[in-house]
Amino acid sequence: MTKEDYLELYKQMVIIRLIEEKCEELYQKSKIGGFMHLYIGQEAISARKPQDNVITAYRDHGIAIACGMDPKPLMAEMLGKVTGCCKGKGGSMHLADINLRFWGGHAIVGAHLALATGLAWADKQKGSDGVTLCFFGDGASNIGYFHESLNLAAVWKLPVLFICENNHYGMWTPVEDASAVTDIRKKALGYDIPSDVCDGMDLLAVRKASEKAIAHIRSGKGPFFLEVMTYRYRGHSMGDQRPYRTADEIKEWQTKDPIGKFEPVMMKKGITKEQIESIHAESAKVVEEAVRFAEESPFPPMEELYTDIYVENQ
Amino acid sequence: MSKALAQAMYEEMERDPNIVVLGEEVGAQGGTYGVTAGLFEKFGKDRVRDTPISEGVIVGAAVGAAMNGLRPVAEIMGINFAFLAMDQIVNHAAKIHSMFGGQFKCPLVVRTTSGGGKQLAATHSQTPDVIFAHFPGLKVVAPSTPAEAKALLKASIRSDDPVFFIEHSTMYSERGEVSDDPNFLLPIGKSDIKRKGKDVTIVTYSKMVSVSLKAAAELEKEGIEVEIIDLRSLRPLDLDPVFESFKKTNRAVIVEEGWKTFGIGSEVATRIYEECFDYLDAPIERVAQKEVPLPYSAELERAAIPQVKDVIAAVKKVL
Repeated sequence: MTKEDYLELYKQMVIIRLIEEKCEELYQKSKIGGFMHLYIGQEAISARKPQDNVITAYRDHGIAIACGMDPKPLMAEMLGKVTGCCKGKGGSMHLADINLRFWGGHAIVGAHLALATGLAWADKQKGSDGVTLCFFGDGASNIGYFHESLNLAAVWKLPVLFICENNHYGMWTPVEDASAVTDIRKKALGYDIPSDVCDGMDLLAVRKASEKAIAHIRSGKGPFFLEVMTYRYRGHSMGDQRPYRTADEIKEWQTKDPIGKFEPVMMKKGITKEQIESIHAESAKVVEEAVRFAEESPFPPMEELYTDIYVENQ
Repeated sequence: MSKALAQAMYEEMERDPNIVVLGEEVGAQGGTYGVTAGLFEKFGKDRVRDTPISEGVIVGAAVGAAMNGLRPVAEIMGINFAFLAMDQIVNHAAKIHSMFGGQFKCPLVVRTTSGGGKQLAATHSQTPDVIFAHFPGLKVVAPSTPAEAKALLKASIRSDDPVFFIEHSTMYSERGEVSDDPNFLLPIGKSDIKRKGKDVTIVTYSKMVSVSLKAAAELEKEGIEVEIIDLRSLRPLDLDPVFESFKKTNRAVIVEEGWKTFGIGSEVATRIYEECFDYLDAPIERVAQKEVPLPYSAELERAAIPQVKDVIAAVKKVL
């Protein structure tokens, strides 16, 4: 990877972090409603090509940015504005952009694993070499969909990369209290799907593991399972202040912060402290502009209530 | 009727290479009820795919594939198993277009078979069609003749919206002429007058159309002229012909195979009361399944499912 790649990926992580902090603030001011799940600590980056699909669960802000979504329509969606990526009809848990092949945040746990098999099947049927990157949490590995989807992907040799973001908690329940195996990748063994594990706090490690996995899939060998060990600094969703984790545990993970940890790596590559600082300043500006755009945008007009229910006129 | 449905898929698959069929035993075996017979031989295993017994991922994969450019026709062997795919049908297929602001389309057909009368006992004999009609975003179609089954399935396959297509399990061997014209379609969301009459309006659909027609033939002998309206789709629900008929007859009976409580009769009767109150000459009657899980034993099963005599009795009650 070049110096420019490093700068770009670092900037992406910083923007995600700042967006999440801003969302937290706007939620506390009641400008954002509904359920909201923050990505802070999990700023993992994918190594995909434009023809590849991405689909994820409801903790989707970071992945939307990693897919290339402009922070403006993202922030506008958060505020329920008509300029949002889904015209204000999806909200925090349902960001999407068809032009980026980002097929959505989905909020029924595990259900989007089934959708991922279909996205990949359609690619395969059309002769595309696209790979479908399907992100989900450790909690999703206990639901029937997980097993039905891994099985179908293996039987049909579908080009799906199952990426389990193991952040050690399904809502408030630790993995070991909910899953018979704590190494989630062991479940892939039952479907004869090859797997790997990587440090989700280390951008280059995630990058390397996902590149390897994607190359495996693109060579026509069927699905792959990647377990990314990570941690969310914030609660499951906003308002989660339950005492299921210790302050020490959170602090310990924060010493491995993916952004902080990457800075010395960048310096070794010859990137200066000034360059890093200017990325922070630029990113802050991008987020500030996105918030202004969202605040100034109109809410959807009442006619929007009845649009897009069906494609065909009723 | 199974041949008519197979023809519909065959013709559509010839027309559009993006149409694919998936489900349990739909491939070389031709489907549990023979509805996909011949498709595997003609279109091959990539377009006619056998699946594991995994209803959730059958519909889920079909939704994902529909979002990404295919036009899948998924077979769920029985409507009772559709409950295992309920989340994909109502939380995904029905909402993908609207929840993401119109970006994604879901041109998907989920075909399934509904209804009792085959001694399959409580979990395999239900007629819960109305449940699926509750959700905006989904279309629900249920034909009553082979010709209409073909034309409506073709329209469903060509629809850019998700369609839940309900075939009655005792009607696959029904015989009837079908159109040879590969472009003959029937619009989804249009009711049809199956019989003209001036005395009582019967509103019904699917298998109960033929039961109602038999009742009408009996009643005719007594000089009672029944008008029969076949809804053909439960969502969108086209009630204009019902209102028009009711304004003429001032009496209505609603016949459905499913349970009465919160049933199609509840909705249709309410809508008639709302729209045609001044035309009402008698309380509306509902003929529906007895409020029990269907028993296995043949006589008990028959007693629970609406029969010709039940329709006749209801018509006489409103007169």
